[in-house]
Amino acid sequence: MDETKHRQHLHQAAIGERFLIEQVDIRGEHKRRLLDLGFVPGSVIEVLKASPLGDPTSYRVAGTVIALRKEESQLIWGKVISS
Amino acid sequence: MRTYTVALAGNPNTGKSTLFNALTGLKQHTGNWSGKTVSLASGHYEYKDARFQFIDLPGTYSLFSNSADEEVARDYIIFEKPDVTLLVLDATALERSLNLALQVLEMTDRVIVCLNLMDEAKKKGIQVNARKLADQLGVPVIPISARNNEGLDVLSEQLLLMSTGQTPTKPYRMKYNEQLEAQISGLESQLRDIVGDEYPARWLAIRFLDGDRKLIATLKERLKAADKGGISLGTAKALGSSNSGHSF
Repeated sequence: MDETKHRQHLHQAAIGERFLIEQVDIRGEHKRRLLDLGFVPGSVIEVLKASPLGDPTSYRVAGTVIALRKEESQLIWGKVISS
Repeated sequence: MRTYTVALAGNPNTGKSTLFNALTGLKQHTGNWSGKTVSLASGHYEYKDARFQFIDLPGTYSLFSNSADEEVARDYIIFEKPDVTLLVLDATALERSLNLALQVLEMTDRVIVCLNLMDEAKKKGIQVNARKLADQLGVPVIPISARNNEGLDVLSEQLLLMSTGQTPTKPYRMKYNEQLEAQISGLESQLRDIVGDEYPARWLAIRFLDGDRKLIATLKERLKAADKGGISLGTAKALGSSNSGHSF
């Protein structure tokens, strides 16, 4: 899959950047949960800050702050957009 | 005096319990529901000639049973069939709230939407067009501020109207892609043969297609119990409510 090389996952986005979600590559109940919280394709989320040890990282999504571990954020694909 | 059951549903921290307390005047008690360890607060108040029994469902972002909370809230709406489901939305975070709203509108057509925290929204410069939202959702939308007791009279009146079947609704239903819709309608008609009008066949069909095993198991139990006459469908015996007069 050449295409995936050009895409980024959410974990690669830096603090303060805005990220457009294109795909959530997680299955089952976990995916359901993320979708319910607002991590849906088409939505733009903001990277807020990382915890002292670097993981998890908090994000602003649909008006709320949600923290994700890198196991999850590495499976959320999309691109950084200019703010 | 007729008693109507009203289930309060909403995201966490949308002021559901504040509304509950404002209406019932803290006349609440909590009790476990259907063998789960999640407890539901229940309380009542009287308005004109009616008595409203409120059930404070757990605050959730979704009703797809990701957790015990969600399962309890969902099972209550589907299997206990409250006369009205009162959806409490956070006017300052509508985008987040509407996910749950759309899910509830797929489950029942007896829904009233409360736009709570209107005072907070005003402070933040957020304007919400309640009438337009009502048009789009197909159910009444009432702006309130539970902590300031604003809008509660209008809400009570609407509760009475809907409980007594005087508010026609046309809830917004998600349209899925053609292939899915074909499968949904196939399953829907088969399910309707089994459950009749007792449970929402379209919603069940969607959950079946999603492979929601927990729901399928619960439904089987319910149907088996109804067959044996163990419980009669459509009545909510627990919590002392009487909503047996459904006119579905």
